[in-house]
Amino acid sequence: MRAGFFTAQKLDSPIHNLSGFTKLICFLILTGAVMYSYDLRVILCVMVFSFIILKISKIKFSQIKLMVIYVVVFLAVNAILTFLFSPGYGTEVYGTRHIWLKLFGRYDITAETVFFIVTKFMKYSSVIPLGMIFLLTTDPSELASSLNAVGVHYKIAFSFSLTLRYFPDIQRDYRDISQAQQARGLEMSRKAKMWDRFKRALAILLPLILSTLDRIETITNAMDLRGFGKHKKRTWYSRKKMTKGDYIALAVSIVILAATLSVAFFINRGRFYNPFI
Amino acid sequence: MKKLFKVTTKTIVATGLGAAIFTLLFMWVKIPSPIPETSFQTAYGLGAMFAALFGPIAGALIAFIGHALSDAIQYGSPWWSWVIASGVAGFVFGFAFLKCRAEEGIFTWKDVLTFNIIQIIGNVIAWIIVAPVLDIVIYAEPVNLVFTQGAVACLMNVISAGVFGSLLLWAYSLTRTKKGSLKKED
Amino acid sequence: MIAGPSGSGKSTLGHCLNGLIPFAYKGEIKGSLKIKDNETRDQDIFTLSKTIGTVLQDADGQFVGLTVGEDIAFSMENDLIPQPEMKERVHKVSRMVDMDRWLSSSPYELSGGQKQRTELAGVMIDDVDVLLFDEPLANLDPATGRQAIEIIHDIHEESRKTIIIIEHRLEDVLHRPVDRIIVLDEGRIIADMGPHELISSPILKKTGIREPLYVTALKYSGINVTPEIKPGHITTLSIDEKTKTAVTKWYESVDTDFQQKSNENILEMDGIFFSYDEGVEVLHDISIEIKQGEMLSLVGMNGAGKSTIAKLMCGFEKENKGRILYMGEDIAGKSIKERAEKIGYVMQNPNQMLSQPMIFDEVALGLKLRNIPEDETDRRVRKALDICGLLPFIKWPVSALSYGQKKRVTIASILALDPKLIILDEPTAGQDYKHYTEIMEFLRKINQSGVTVLMITHDMHLMLEYTPRSVVITDGRIICDKPASFVLTSNEVIEAANLKETSLFTLAQMVGIKDETSFVQRFIDFERQVEKK
Ligand SMILES: Nc1ncnc2c1ncn2[C@@H]1O[C@H](COP(=O)(O)OP(=O)(O)OP(=O)(O)O)[C@@H](O)[C@H]1O
Ligand SMILES: Nc1ncnc2c1ncn2[C@@H]1O[C@H](COP(=O)(O)OP(=O)(O)OP(=O)(O)O)[C@@H](O)[C@H]1O
Ligand SMILES: [Mg+2]
Ligand SMILES: [Mg+2]
Repeated sequence: MRAGFFTAQKLDSPIHNLSGFTKLICFLILTGAVMYSYDLRVILCVMVFSFIILKISKIKFSQIKLMVIYVVVFLAVNAILTFLFSPGYGTEVYGTRHIWLKLFGRYDITAETVFFIVTKFMKYSSVIPLGMIFLLTTDPSELASSLNAVGVHYKIAFSFSLTLRYFPDIQRDYRDISQAQQARGLEMSRKAKMWDRFKRALAILLPLILSTLDRIETITNAMDLRGFGKHKKRTWYSRKKMTKGDYIALAVSIVILAATLSVAFFINRGRFYNPFI
Repeated sequence: MKKLFKVTTKTIVATGLGAAIFTLLFMWVKIPSPIPETSFQTAYGLGAMFAALFGPIAGALIAFIGHALSDAIQYGSPWWSWVIASGVAGFVFGFAFLKCRAEEGIFTWKDVLTFNIIQIIGNVIAWIIVAPVLDIVIYAEPVNLVFTQGAVACLMNVISAGVFGSLLLWAYSLTRTKKGSLKKED
Repeated sequence: MIAGPSGSGKSTLGHCLNGLIPFAYKGEIKGSLKIKDNETRDQDIFTLSKTIGTVLQDADGQFVGLTVGEDIAFSMENDLIPQPEMKERVHKVSRMVDMDRWLSSSPYELSGGQKQRTELAGVMIDDVDVLLFDEPLANLDPATGRQAIEIIHDIHEESRKTIIIIEHRLEDVLHRPVDRIIVLDEGRIIADMGPHELISSPILKKTGIREPLYVTALKYSGINVTPEIKPGHITTLSIDEKTKTAVTKWYESVDTDFQQKSNENILEMDGIFFSYDEGVEVLHDISIEIKQGEMLSLVGMNGAGKSTIAKLMCGFEKENKGRILYMGEDIAGKSIKERAEKIGYVMQNPNQMLSQPMIFDEVALGLKLRNIPEDETDRRVRKALDICGLLPFIKWPVSALSYGQKKRVTIASILALDPKLIILDEPTAGQDYKHYTEIMEFLRKINQSGVTVLMITHDMHLMLEYTPRSVVITDGRIICDKPASFVLTSNEVIEAANLKETSLFTLAQMVGIKDETSFVQRFIDFERQVEKK
């Protein structure tokens, strides 16, 4: 059972052919850029850009449908909460106060707050395509070496690769264990009382963890026996050579970042784009 | 004498597999709580246990990787402020490592107490300080919103880390009983 | 080869050789251990791992790479070997174990045997002088196990490496010649001799290592087995006229006993199709009838679908098409929990079932969850533990038990629910002969007390000696449903299902008995009668 992520089918697209290292850097740069900027114009540009990339990398909507739903729900909840907790937040941010619709108490719908919430909504949703591209076009084998290349210690990088390696195994164990426990009579119904749910979870966690602890022992031995951690550094069997495409991609992302920052510094004089003054 | 920050192969392997379980639990093994829209994350119980067994580094990485990965799988991109907060929590949990004797099969009420004090400190730092502050810095979220969310998360995670962490460590310590200490009955 | 009962110190000795002791396991060591004239304790595990390569039992545990190629390259990566050289060496070695077509596949796409070859390649990559295998055969189907031994042998032929194999399964290892066999018992070397001598000596019986079946047959026929007749391997075995007549006479003397079983179906699978969520169909049109009070085995190669069938019977997974009948009634609507009261399933890996720290609680769990009264629970738990020979341990924590005992605890916890049909997934994997017989004998006891027993196994001896009927499955299809003695003597079935013909078959041919099947059958019947006495 492969996990539902990093299932990089050996598709052939310009994006797939980029090295994992490049994709990691670009992902961080671009997300960094939108994270920083609260300028709706910039954000929309990046969004359009990332959707174009999404097209280029031949990702089908069916692959990302579930994610999109999750995200939209998440963002909607976030937007509502923001309004409930601080309906006047837009004013705090932009200074002015144009009331569109008077509700009870402090709950007025102001242009500022709406604009802020819309901006935020766009901001987050423009990050998502980037993440999906990264997840769906990167070969897991390349990730550890890429992390190592961006300066993460190779041991940590490798532990991440171990996570990817054993996640499906653990997923299967979990399934088997919970089935075994049900056969013993564990009630799996949704309506069980809370404390029962705790006990149930425990009855599955315990075997899972204890057998994992055994496995840790074996894997550790196996790795020691094959000389893991012998040197300060480590080479990687599956690291892609940097190509022209990689440098172009890096250049593009850096330009975008630079643009975002300069817009912020020279035009908006801050993170926020303020249309109200 | 245990060294807090010693990284052996075992630490690395424990981190890798720990993070795998963390991811799994974080996505699928939540227990709905009385407070609407919130749930107990069994994952933090596991995180606390592994942190106590393998130290702060493992603790931090397990929570960080696990949280980031499950965010990535579900939302396509991690919510960094909270991912980092998870890492911090895991790191603090790791200080239980010094006092933890579960591996020798000892887990007394005193140990439960130490474990939980540390666990609570960790959660408070992570969810009442780190997460909200980062939310404001990185995402410019409204202040009162993030602190409320932080407080709720803190409560939830204190409970799940407390209940699951303690029970798991206790069960684990039982499995470490020495053969010498047993005799057959008939 | 290093043999010996479980817990005799084989792996420990192995750990001393490859340096895990004292590197990973502290403890006190006396005496001297030299590898290529260097004291091991003066070298660290890294230098040692360049002279001696270890292949562990648990294939998944050693497969740390995300793909075959990466895993083979693992130790080179740690040695800072530049990428181009890695690629080249990986190709070279992977060809030796013919895995070169699989370099980019992930572990989930590989069979148990392929994983093991990958491991092998992984240690051969920095060509070590000594190869150490700790139980390489456990959990492999017979044919794959045999291939493993053949590959090891070929490597030995080509490279003249020193090879050390730790195993319980003497006969399987002896499929290819070994120079010496060292027998350990309670941490002492009690024998160090060639196969012919060892097999002729009483040591095997004493330490509870299973002797090859053909040797047993010879002994039954009253031939005294001596090094002179070279009993070390069936092909080296020299058989003169005297032997032939003796065996034939014995063969004719055996009176076959037919045990009659009821012909009421307890469970019936009818035209079952199934695929896991991935969508690839793993079971195609499976139909089995299980008679009440029967003891039968389900065999077939790794990944054939055996465990999956069991899961369907218990309702763990839902069939795409087809019906499952219990006592003639369709149980499609029944939940896992409801089915579990009739059909008990003991999983391959006990650690996946043990959820309680203490043995009593573990066995009582199922009853507690069904709100059975205290005293009743207590009674049934004790009964179950008694059958499994674990009553003395009732107050013990599960963790203090050996793997074999854990396995029996899981069986007890299923028996406590007293099911009418019990399914066991590889009940004897990784057990030595002593525990093997313990487990099988009490399974037979259970069976005689009226419980129907279905066993999933890779162990040809087991299916021969304990299950009159065996169902053979390949690639999710049933290809044969006949007595074990037939299955293990019919070449096409053996070929198709990765089984291995029993040495009795070969023996029969050597002494010129036409009907090998009935020879095997009578051998089994005779053993039964011996046990009865
Ligand atoms: N890490 C350990 N610490 C303490 N005792 C151990 C350890 N590992 C094994 N032992 C004990 O040493 C003895 C020999 O164990 P070992 O694993 O070598 O047996 P074995 O011959 O390999 O058995 P098997 O055939 O079941 O693998 C056993 O009594 C076991 O309980
Ligand atoms: N949980 C699962 N999800 C997806 N595929 C699975 C799952 N479990 C098993 N499979 C696949 O189904 C097929 C049959 O698996 P199964 O475990 O039934 O084989 P088996 O006969 O028990 O093998 P073995 O003798 O090695 O135990 C294999 O190809 C396996 O990869
Ligand atoms: Mg062993
Ligand atoms: Mg199986």
